[in-house]
Amino acid sequence: MAIPFLVAAAIAAFSPVLRRRMVETVAILTSLAATALCAALLWWASREPVVYWFAGWRPRHGLALGISFTVDAFGAGMATLVAVLATAAFVFSWRYFEAHEGHRFHILMLVFMGAMIGFSLTGDLFNLFVFFELMSVVGYALTGTRVEEPAPLQGAINFGVINSIGGFLLLWGIGLVYARTGALNLAQIGQALAAHRPDGLVVLAFTLVLAGLFVKGSVVPFHFWLPDAHAVAPTPVCVLFSGAMVELALYAAARVYWTAFDGSLSPFGAGLTRVLVGFGVATALVGAAMSFAQQHIKRLLAFSTVSHVGLFLVGLGVLDHVSLGGAAVYVLSHGAVKASLFMCAGILLHRLGSIDEEQLRGQGRRVPAAGALFVMGGLALAEVPPFGTALGKTLIEQGAARAGYGWTPWLFGAVAATTGGAVLRACGRVFLGLGPNGPRRFASEHLGPLEGRETIEARGRTPATMLAPAAVLLGAALALGVLPGLTRQAERGAARFEDRKAYAERVLSGVAAPQPSEAVEPAGTFRLLEGLASGAAAVALAGIALFRERLFSTPVRRRARGTLGRALLAVRGLQSGHVGDYAAWLVVGLAALGGLFAMAFR
Amino acid sequence: MRTLPFLLAAWLLFVGLYGIATSRNFVHLIMCLSVVQSSTYVLLLEVGYRAGGTAPIFKDVPPGTRAVDPVVQALTLTDVVVGVTVTALLLALVLQSHKRSGTLNPDELRPLEG
Repeated sequence: MAIPFLVAAAIAAFSPVLRRRMVETVAILTSLAATALCAALLWWASREPVVYWFAGWRPRHGLALGISFTVDAFGAGMATLVAVLATAAFVFSWRYFEAHEGHRFHILMLVFMGAMIGFSLTGDLFNLFVFFELMSVVGYALTGTRVEEPAPLQGAINFGVINSIGGFLLLWGIGLVYARTGALNLAQIGQALAAHRPDGLVVLAFTLVLAGLFVKGSVVPFHFWLPDAHAVAPTPVCVLFSGAMVELALYAAARVYWTAFDGSLSPFGAGLTRVLVGFGVATALVGAAMSFAQQHIKRLLAFSTVSHVGLFLVGLGVLDHVSLGGAAVYVLSHGAVKASLFMCAGILLHRLGSIDEEQLRGQGRRVPAAGALFVMGGLALAEVPPFGTALGKTLIEQGAARAGYGWTPWLFGAVAATTGGAVLRACGRVFLGLGPNGPRRFASEHLGPLEGRETIEARGRTPATMLAPAAVLLGAALALGVLPGLTRQAERGAARFEDRKAYAERVLSGVAAPQPSEAVEPAGTFRLLEGLASGAAAVALAGIALFRERLFSTPVRRRARGTLGRALLAVRGLQSGHVGDYAAWLVVGLAALGGLFAMAFR
Repeated sequence: MRTLPFLLAAWLLFVGLYGIATSRNFVHLIMCLSVVQSSTYVLLLEVGYRAGGTAPIFKDVPPGTRAVDPVVQALTLTDVVVGVTVTALLLALVLQSHKRSGTLNPDELRPLEG
């Protein structure tokens, strides 16, 4: 974690003297070093959580005053994901940014990477907040780098205001937790809260902390900032946003629950699950519907991220270790797939000068390699085996069925088919020239032509440094699906993640916990038929969208446009681009979350 | 924790959020964000207050004297730094936005609708 910060500072200090290629090489080497270190940490932490106390302030008599980095398999895994995606983003941007920008991008990206790594490794609640804010501020700066056009500025402002509010809600929650427990170390808080029934203060604190993290994690109705930020941020930045930053917020929510609040709230597990699954389903459905309606490819992918966040939240909310392991596998594979898809979108932007589906109609024939990757990415989003997404989905559904939520396969299938179908439809339009043109009703649909200034084509072909990371990441997602023993590792890691007492003992007394006694489920076999079905559904949805004029007669289409279309327009209208609206929805969401928790924890 | 400061902090939070939701000027909006932030300061300092406590500096005072909680004061200082950074960055973005589009009213700027 320190390495990216130090290198970023060095680059900033020597900035006028350094040439561009040298800075880029240094950035790539730094992120490779970070990846190696995080991978080593992952290997080490899989055996037993690693606890590091800053400045040697070890806990005495069970009282922790120092700041700790408590690294278990999931924390190290998230850190590794961040480092891998950052490396890929740096390689991608080698040819992507032709203009010299004063090294700002690389400095900010290195700090961003460092902050996210710190966020995933920390064991202290306030440290979490500090990295949260650092990550956020650098994110705002990275989003708004293109100051020549009004749209990026607007996107950055929306992102900045809403996420700042989220950060302050998180801090409110932290303040209240500190008021009750006098502790900031997660393990310590857990010990202090465990003995008592949750009263109003604890429920309020839990609501605020979760709401703050859900804002960053783009759970509905806190999600409105995400498509705005993704539509205007440079592509390598979007890779990190969608692949890691949003998932990290959910990881933190799970971490805070399982270490700090589990002891107090575990008798109310069923109610908590209902609330979390409810929010997850809402997020998944809204995200999927909006994703299908977009013409701007980056916004399409952004809404797809929102819908997958809903799926992750369902996986976390069920509070079952098999689901948690499945969510971890899904997060890793989704990160790789989404990053790859964003890079393909970046290639389209670079070679063809636009990111608007209809403007690019048919022009994709010039970039067939990106097209192949795009299609595979769409299928991976549709949870087709043997991609890792299918494995993750299977595990989550297994765990959910055990908790009594047997309908999750339908949800996962529908959402996967919709988002995968959206990507495939975009492919069909861009690469094959199929499909009718639709009316442009919303302002965001005019953003496409402006994006062309982000990058300029230099040669007549797609640079290898842009294709290679996309292909490698997609290959990694495939590998995750077939890696032997991944299921066992994920479930074991999840069982340990959920074990609050073992965590507290390890952190506060240094006692190494024995392997959790929870029985490990037999490896989830691919539900092959399910995965193929959702893939087929995705292709079918894409086909309907592209060929609707040939498939359906005019009266049928007019009726569909009447009912479905109007409903969809209403939902799209909510995404108004106006930051005040987003803030209002945030308050509504906060009230809903608080009210539901108050009822669940009585 | 006493009731009045807590209510004050809650009031600041909601007034700030209301201001953000209904603002017609971006600079006003960022300042409302500052108000939300100041609600966290009040909350944190109130959490740390001890009746009759002195400042938590033990140079001339014997250890064991009642003092207010220094941890929350450290948290508040960190929060102030974060707030300064965020406010500065957002104001810079608003300034640029004004330069490009000539307006500071969120209602008039909707390039990202839909």
